Amino acid sequence: MKKTDVIIIGAGPVGLFAVHQLGIKGLKAVVIDNLDKAGGQCIELYPDKPIYDIPAVPECTGEQLTSRLIEQIKPFNTEIFLNERVDEVRQEKNNWVVKTNNKNQFLAPNIIIAGGVGSFEPRKISLKEAEKLEGKSVFYAVKNKEQFKDKKISIFGGGDSALDWTLELSKFSNVTLIHRRNDFRGAQHTLSELRKLEKEGKVSIKTPCQIDSLDNENELKSITVKFDDGKTEKIKTDVILGFFGLIMKLGPIAEWGLNMDKKTIEVNSENFETNKKGIFAAGDICSYPGKLKLILSGFHEVALASVECFKRARPNEKYRFEFTTSSKTIKDRLGKK
Amino acid sequence: MPKITYKDYQGSSKTIEVESGLSVMEGAIQNEIPGIDADCGGSMACATCHVYVDDKWFEKIPKAQDAENDMIDMAFEPKKNSRLSCQIIVNDELDGLEVTTPEKQT
Repeated sequence: MKKTDVIIIGAGPVGLFAVHQLGIKGLKAVVIDNLDKAGGQCIELYPDKPIYDIPAVPECTGEQLTSRLIEQIKPFNTEIFLNERVDEVRQEKNNWVVKTNNKNQFLAPNIIIAGGVGSFEPRKISLKEAEKLEGKSVFYAVKNKEQFKDKKISIFGGGDSALDWTLELSKFSNVTLIHRRNDFRGAQHTLSELRKLEKEGKVSIKTPCQIDSLDNENELKSITVKFDDGKTEKIKTDVILGFFGLIMKLGPIAEWGLNMDKKTIEVNSENFETNKKGIFAAGDICSYPGKLKLILSGFHEVALASVECFKRARPNEKYRFEFTTSSKTIKDRLGKK
Repeated sequence: MPKITYKDYQGSSKTIEVESGLSVMEGAIQNEIPGIDADCGGSMACATCHVYVDDKWFEKIPKAQDAENDMIDMAFEPKKNSRLSCQIIVNDELDGLEVTTPEKQT
């Protein structure tokens, strides 16, 4: 079990800035996020979209904001655990124990939940049979492509992931690409490569159509797809790969005994603590009278929460408010002269 | 004010007046119509305000841009008459518009 001062759930802009606010107070933190990179919604939903309401930054993209925050917290050498979802939170005397789906465990007196709208998870095929076969013959990510060698694969989706895996897996498998409309969304060279493979008969493309049923008893043998005009077609299939993008799910957060208001966590606006001592919520996921879901509000929220985190992590020390411009201690922590 | 009818997948419906200039999504959120989540707040970055537009209205509203269709690919059970309700801006010509929310958004 890893001990720290604060466990931050969510590596979006607010979770990252929390590292900074804790770090300048001399507190150690770890960050856990279910995505494969830091940045949260900024990086997953709108990496290229400009943001205009970050104070003193007239315009920046989600990606730029993220990379600047990462640079800003570099001096604190904080470990970010990616591809991990926090599944369990339990109390142990004055501390909290956090367990992830990757079996990592952390212990700290404080948790800051900066989880946005929840964790990003792949959108799945809504057929019951697909649920049963998930992990066996229905997948939403490729972890090891060897496992898909010499198979009949039906890939669903029209974006980059669907296209890239169609090209890649068609090298050693029989791939059918299925999409709900005729247009694909991908890089030009990927699209021309795809059309070339289709012409050569190496990839089969079915549009505009969607999955209708899986034909299986214990093992997937074929699927039936339905075209827009109502016609159906059976496709021999061993493996289904679905790339329908990511959705945000609140997930296990709802089960931690926190007072919730719909999909948000209730906090006080003095230190953004929840109804549980030592568990804080900040950013889009918290709610209090007058709450605005702005990145800048989240920055303010973690700044205040970090003070209470300090008091809980260092009960024998007195908290002293300091400015970064004048405090020698803070400058040392930032590695500045 | 234009009246918009929101139906759910089971058939029950609610008609409300939505101010011109607001989106169909905003009309739903402000009036606590269930079935529209709008997780991203209307920046066309998620697909949780997905609705099916009544056939007789589908051709009358301005067509979806590519970016909207790309997002709809990621919606729950998209159909030919799928739209993101954050991209349908209410005006007097849309008085009487009917949309149906999907069984679920995520």
